[in-house]
Amino acid sequence: MWRLKFAPDQASTFAEQYDWLFWATTALTIFFTIVVGLLVIFFALRFREGKKVDRSNAHDHHLMLELTWSIIPLIMGLGIFGWASYLFVETRQPPKNALDIYVIGKQWMWHAQHSNGVRENNMLHLPSGTPVRLTMISQDVIHSFFIPAFRMKQDVIPGRYTQMWFTPTKPGVYNLFCTEYCGTQHSEMGGYVVVMEPSEYQEWLANGGDNVPVKPMTMVQKGEKIFKDKACFKCHGDQDIHEGPSLVGIYNQRRVMKDNSVRLADDEYLRQAMYDPYAHILKGYENTMPSYKPKSTDDLEGGLSEEDVLNVIEYIKSLRSSPTAPAPAIPPLATGVPPTEVPN
Amino acid sequence: MSAVPATQAPAPKPKSYLENGHTVASWLLTGDHKRIAILYLISVSIFFLVGGIAAGMIRTELLLPKGVFLENDSYNKVFTLHGIVMIFFFLIPAIPAVLGNFLIPLMVGARDLAFPRLNLLSWYVYMAAGTLGVIVILLGGVDTGWTFYTPYSSLYSNSQVGLTIAAAFLAGFSSIFTGINFIATIHKMRAPGLTWFRLPLFVWAHYATSVIIILGTPVIAITLLLVGVERVFRIGIFSPELGGDPILFQHLFWFYSHPAVYIMILPAMGVISELISAFSRRPVFGYHFVAFSSLAIAGLGFLVWGHHMFVSGQSMYQGVVFSLISFLVAVPSAIKVFNWTATIYKGTVKLDTPMIYALGFIGLFLIGGLTGLYLSSMATDIHLHDTYFVVAHFHYVMVGGTIMGYLGGIHFWWPKMFGRMYPDNWGKLSAVIVFIGFNLTFMPQFVVGYLGMPRRYHYYYLQPEFQPYHIMSTLGSSVLGVGYFMPVLYLLWSLKYGKKVGDNPWGASGLEWETSSPPPTTNFLEMPIVTKEVYTYDAEKAEEEFEHRQELIEEVTG
Ligand code: HEM
Ligand SMILES: [Cu+2]
Ligand SMILES: [Cu+2]
Repeated sequence: MWRLKFAPDQASTFAEQYDWLFWATTALTIFFTIVVGLLVIFFALRFREGKKVDRSNAHDHHLMLELTWSIIPLIMGLGIFGWASYLFVETRQPPKNALDIYVIGKQWMWHAQHSNGVRENNMLHLPSGTPVRLTMISQDVIHSFFIPAFRMKQDVIPGRYTQMWFTPTKPGVYNLFCTEYCGTQHSEMGGYVVVMEPSEYQEWLANGGDNVPVKPMTMVQKGEKIFKDKACFKCHGDQDIHEGPSLVGIYNQRRVMKDNSVRLADDEYLRQAMYDPYAHILKGYENTMPSYKPKSTDDLEGGLSEEDVLNVIEYIKSLRSSPTAPAPAIPPLATGVPPTEVPN
Repeated sequence: MSAVPATQAPAPKPKSYLENGHTVASWLLTGDHKRIAILYLISVSIFFLVGGIAAGMIRTELLLPKGVFLENDSYNKVFTLHGIVMIFFFLIPAIPAVLGNFLIPLMVGARDLAFPRLNLLSWYVYMAAGTLGVIVILLGGVDTGWTFYTPYSSLYSNSQVGLTIAAAFLAGFSSIFTGINFIATIHKMRAPGLTWFRLPLFVWAHYATSVIIILGTPVIAITLLLVGVERVFRIGIFSPELGGDPILFQHLFWFYSHPAVYIMILPAMGVISELISAFSRRPVFGYHFVAFSSLAIAGLGFLVWGHHMFVSGQSMYQGVVFSLISFLVAVPSAIKVFNWTATIYKGTVKLDTPMIYALGFIGLFLIGGLTGLYLSSMATDIHLHDTYFVVAHFHYVMVGGTIMGYLGGIHFWWPKMFGRMYPDNWGKLSAVIVFIGFNLTFMPQFVVGYLGMPRRYHYYYLQPEFQPYHIMSTLGSSVLGVGYFMPVLYLLWSLKYGKKVGDNPWGASGLEWETSSPPPTTNFLEMPIVTKEVYTYDAEKAEEEFEHRQELIEEVTG
C-alpha cells in the first residue's frame, strides 16, 4: 500500500557528508544497544534463581573495569564530537562567491527575494552546483528555515540577521518547513525548494520568476529609490561631510567608533545603523541621524520595513563595486522603465 | 543493615500510619511524610491521566495528514497542555515527591523529614499550581508549548500565558521545598552508624536531584516572571521590538530546563540501583562510581544547556564548547548502565515485576541516551533539531526512563506502603506490554524525524510519506495506554483484596524494610543503629536458600 521511505532525499553537498556521520553514529548506537542489551538479558537468564552456575568470587567493584568502560566511550564520543564539529564549522563559513538570496519570515509565510529583485512566497528557486547564502530575518516571532534534503536548518529571529549556506546538488523539488513553533499555522508555514540547472535558473530569474508580468526592479534599484525617497542623500553623499559620513565603499570595511572601538560594517551593522543609529556612533559624529525603525510591522509611518532595509543594504553594497558608481548625492534612477511594483 | 534496639522496653505493635486517623482532616493536615507521599501519589496520578488524555488526542489527530477532529489552535493548545502537565506536574514531582518522600526518612532511619510542615506546604503549593492549571484550561488554554519561547509567549500569543506562568512558577516552589527538605534530612538526620557511604544509591540520587532543584528552579522562576513582566507592562526584555533579546530567554530557559531533565531521570536511576541490587541479590557493582556519577551529572548538567541552541543563532564557538561538555556528561550515564549490568553478573536473579521494569528501563534508557549523542554532535543536530527525532529521544529517556523507573519503584515498595501484594503475573504482563507499546510508539518517530517531520506540526498533507510512521506510532500508543492502565486496576484491587504480606516480602536489605509494613507513624519504634554496610546481599547464600526451599516444597508436594 505504501512505499516506506527510510531516508530523506540527499540534495546538497552537506547532505552527503552529513549522512556519513549520521550512519556512523547509528552503527555505534545499534552496536552498543545490542551488546549491552544482550548482556543484560544473558546475565539475567543465566544467573536466574535456581540455575546451578558458578557464583563464587564475584566482585563488588573493580577499578580497571570502571576506567575501561569510562574511557572507551569517552574516546569514541570525542571522535564523534571532533568529526561533527569539523562539519559544523564548515556550515558556518559561506564561500566568498556564494549567491546571495534574502529571506524574510513572518507569521505564517516565507518570503524570498533574489538579488535581481524577483520575489517569491513559500517557494525558493535555486541553481544547482552553486553555493548559496541566505540572509534571513523575521518580522515577528522566531521561525526556523529547514530543508531536510539539504540537512540544513537555521532559526530566523526578529531583530537580527542569521545566515545559512549550502550547495544544492540535484535538480528537483524538495520540502521546505518552518521548524520553530510560531503560532496558529506553524504547520502550514512551508512550501517547496526548487533546484534547477544553473541555465534554467538564469532564465527563470530573467523572466521575472513565476507568474510575474512585469520586470521587477532589482534589489539595488529598490534600495536606491528608498535612498532617494527618504532623502538619505542629504547627509550621506559621496564624501564625508559634517552632516554624515559617505557610504561609498564602506561595506565590509572596518569603521572606527566614537569610543575608538572598531566595528565591521556588515549586514548586521548596516541594519542597526538604520534601526538603532545610536547603538554605534562613528568617530567625529553626534547623535543626529533619526531612527528608521517603524512603529510596528503593520504601521510603517516613516520607518523602513525589514525588506526595505535589505534593499538599502544591497544598494550600499553596490556603492563599493565600481569607483565610478553614481555618487549617491544626486541619485538618478538607473533604468528607464518606470518600475512597477509586483504585488505580493 | 540491622536495627539494634537502643532501648530495651518492649513496645506493643503500633498502629500503622494508615490507621492513625481516618478523617479527611487527618490526611489534609498531616505532617507525616508517608501520608503526604500518598497525597502526592493520588495527585500525580490524576495529572498523569490528564497529560495522557492530551497525548491520546495528539496521536489520534496525527493519524491523518489533514487531522481528524481538532482545529489548528486547539491542536497547539493540546500539545502545550500535554508538555506542561507531564513535565511540571508529573515527571518532576513523581519519583521525589512520592517515593522519595515516603522512603528517604525510612532509608536514613529518621522519624520524618526535617521540616514536616514545609513538606505539607509543598503539596498545597503543588495543588494550587495544579488548580491554576485547571483554570487555564477552563479559560481556553495556552498555546506556547512547554518551552514558552519569546517573543511568541511575551507579545504574540493570545492565550492564557500569564496564568500558566504563575502555575509553573508555583510548581517550581513546591519542588524547591521538597529539595530543601531532602538535603536537610540527608545531612542531619541519618541514624547513628549510617555514614554517607552506607546510604542507598536511591538516597544519593535524591541528594543530587535536590541540589539541582535548589540551584536551577529559581532561575526558571525569575525567567518566567520576566516573560510576564514583558507581557503585561511591555518592558523590553526578550522582545527585539521593545529592545530585548529573544535568545537571552532561551539561555535562561535551558539553563534550568537542561538540568531539569536530570531532575527527572536521576531519581529513576536511584530506583533502578535499588531494584537491580535487590533482585540480583548482589551489592550494586561499583557503588562509589554510581554514587559519584550522580553528583557529576548534577554538576556537569549545568554546563550543557546550549546544546538546545545550536541553530538558534548563538555563536559557533559557544556551540563547540556546549557540544564538548555534552559528550562529557554522557559518560557518567554510561557508567551507571555498565555498573548495573555488572551487578546482575553472578547474581541470583529473580524476575519479579519490579525487576522486569528495571530491565526494561535499561533497554530504553540505552536507546534514549545514545540518541542523545546525535543531538549533542552539532552537525547531526542541525538536521534533527526540532523534528520528531528529538521528540523520540526525549520520550525514550523521560517516558522510557523515568516512568519505567517510577512504575518499577511503585511495584517494589507497594507492599511497604500498604502491606499488601498485587498479583505478580498481572504486574509482569503490564511491564511487558508497556515495554512493547513504548517501542512501537516511539521507534517510528526516529525515522519520521530523520525524514524531516518537524515537531509541533498539526498537518503534514504535503508529505503523505510520513503517514505510515504516524499510524504505527498511534497504534503503539494505544498498546502503551493499556500497559499504563493495568497497574491502576490491579493496584487499586490489591488495596482491598491483595494478599497480606510480611514486613519484608522481597527479603530486601534496606533500612526501610526493617520496620513493619506499612510502617507506624513514627517509622521506627526504637532508634535504629546501623552496624552493617549497604546492600548486604549474598547471591550464593540466596541460591542455597532457594534450593533448600525447593526441596522442602518437593517433600511436601511430592
Ligand atoms: C546521555 C544523555 C543525554 C544526551 C547526550 C542528551 C542530549 C540532548 C540534546 C543535545 C538535546 C537537544 C536536541 C535539540 O533540541 O536539537 C536533547 C533534547 C532533550 N533531551 Fe536529552 N540528552 C540526554 C539525556 C536526556 C535525559 C536523561 C532526559 C530526560 C529525562 C533528556 C530529555 C531531553 C528533552 C526533554 C529534550 C528536548 C527538549 C525540548 O526541546 O522540548 N535527555 N537532549
Ligand atoms: Cu513556525
Ligand atoms: Cu539538554
